[in-house]
Amino acid sequence: MSIRVENIAKRFGAFTALGDITLDFPKGELTALLGPSGCGKTTLLRIIAGLETADSGRILIEGRDATKKHVRERQVGFVFQHYALFRHMSVFENVAFGLRVKPRRERPPEAVIRKKVMALLDLVQLAWLADRAPAQLSGGQRQRIALARALAVEPQVLLLDEPFGALDAKVRKELRSWLRQLHDDLHITSIFVTHDQEEALELADRIVVVNQGRVEQVGSPKAVYEKPANAFVYGFLGSSNVLEGSVRNGMFHTDGGDFLVENATGVHPHATAYIRPHDLAIDRSANAKGIAAQVRRILAFGSVARVELSGITGENHFEVEIPERDLTDLDLSPGNTVHLVPKSLRVFPHGEAGSR
Amino acid sequence: MAGNVTSSFAATGSARFENRSATRDSGAVRIILLALGLGFFALFLLLPLIVVFAEAFRKGFDTYWAALFDPDALSAIRLTLIAAAIAVPLNLVFGVSAAWAIAKYDFRGKALLTTLIDLPFSVSPVIAGLIYVLIFGAQGWFGPTLAGYDIKIIFALPGIVLATIFVTFPFIARELIPLMEAQGSDEEEAAIVLGASGWQAFWRVTLPNIKWGLLYGVILCNARAMGEFGAVSVVSGHIRGLTNTMPLHVEILYNEYQFAAAFAVASLLALLALFTLAMKSFIEWQARRTPEKEIQP
Repeated sequence: MSIRVENIAKRFGAFTALGDITLDFPKGELTALLGPSGCGKTTLLRIIAGLETADSGRILIEGRDATKKHVRERQVGFVFQHYALFRHMSVFENVAFGLRVKPRRERPPEAVIRKKVMALLDLVQLAWLADRAPAQLSGGQRQRIALARALAVEPQVLLLDEPFGALDAKVRKELRSWLRQLHDDLHITSIFVTHDQEEALELADRIVVVNQGRVEQVGSPKAVYEKPANAFVYGFLGSSNVLEGSVRNGMFHTDGGDFLVENATGVHPHATAYIRPHDLAIDRSANAKGIAAQVRRILAFGSVARVELSGITGENHFEVEIPERDLTDLDLSPGNTVHLVPKSLRVFPHGEAGSR
Repeated sequence: MAGNVTSSFAATGSARFENRSATRDSGAVRIILLALGLGFFALFLLLPLIVVFAEAFRKGFDTYWAALFDPDALSAIRLTLIAAAIAVPLNLVFGVSAAWAIAKYDFRGKALLTTLIDLPFSVSPVIAGLIYVLIFGAQGWFGPTLAGYDIKIIFALPGIVLATIFVTFPFIARELIPLMEAQGSDEEEAAIVLGASGWQAFWRVTLPNIKWGLLYGVILCNARAMGEFGAVSVVSGHIRGLTNTMPLHVEILYNEYQFAAAFAVASLLALLALFTLAMKSFIEWQARRTPEKEIQP
């Protein structure tokens, strides 16, 4: 089912959690609500579920107004950040719960419940844990049981609040691709909340970047990453190097030289340029043009090496990512003075919405 | 008081602490602490208990038996049981509702309510009894009105029940509030999203999660309800065979120099105390077996 939120606003006392948000979540898509902690993304998810009430605005599920509908009538599945498994029930009973609390005339017979629960446990590959207590499971297992439990009532919409937030890095990566697979099989409209940009980029069909209760950008992972709408989105979606300067004639002027800008036009006396670490080249030749910097630290492991530098003029810090074999060719060591040449940079003039 | 339940978890840890040579105290310190603790225990807790039973049986088993089956004693026992049977279930409902309201909702005056729940602990039981005399007594606010309808509250069972409810009110709520606050409302929310009604969420999720704490509160509440003296004494009127509870009956017998009989009835109250302690240990043991909280990975 498609979901639409219209002009949703929510305040907690003097704090504005959400300020007038309008969004569409198309049917069958996996959407990420991405933003820093405290940006209002979880509040939005809870409002969609009905666990929180918006001060104003409407929630439309499949075109119908669901704003006043009770949580249990919205047919949403909700996976909580800390799983919220029923601690006194076995894994089997946890998954069966949604079926057992149905009104008598809708409640399936015991044999059907058993079959369905076991099928769901098979789906999350944990049928062998059916008799265990939640406390006996690992974090990743609990998360999958929480998902199976949410799916048991055949929700039209699946909402996941920081689904991998409490897991360690390795389990998180495994579960991520597993969840994507599951979504491709079930095609249920899903929204998940995360503060991890890598998770959002890897998992979602669409990303909604939220900051301070506002939507900064909506788009595919590629669009959001490659064409960030503003400085906040750029900064949030990956590490970046920052340069202060001015824009004139399609060029960015700074102490280190003038560079071609891809996105800004016009004249801006004060502007900030953002460069991804892999878009900076290191030049060791003496007559090179670029930003003069001194090598501080070299982290060479894996296929990509990271070089940390500090600017000679000013107090800028730079981070450069280059293929490991290029690093060998450069023969760098800490203390070397080099020049940094941006291969591509994005400029966000000061005073524009979202700039820092 | 939920701390009592949880503190038993720490016991194994501190034993280990004591077993390690690097963290162990010197022998003298240990001996002094043990002697002090056990000495106090023997003098103030164990000795009175022994005295109660020794005095009860001083004049032989027959006297003991006769004292218990005296009609006035039987009436006192019956009244105590009735008062507890009314007060404890009511406080169970009040306690769970109050704890639920405080732990799961935010509302104006929550801090005030939390403080007020403790009022019966901080006020003298005599005052508690007096409050009801002033409200419902013959010269009290509603006294004449009630007399008009021929309803007797003071110097009758309703007064005794009211006083008992007042005095034992905090036990269950106090037990549940920290427990429910620690558990949060995630599981209830999960139940509601899965389609459960509020009632189903309470019976299937909340209640099983708090059952040991609740039982613990009920046991303590019951012990206090049966043993309460001060407040009940004020509202009872001490009518023998009618409005005397067990503790009041003990006092009357003692004042009449019937020491053996007084201690015989007192021994019943002592047995109740021992039974309460046994139940308490059992509940703590059960609560430890069922994991209190999910262990985060």
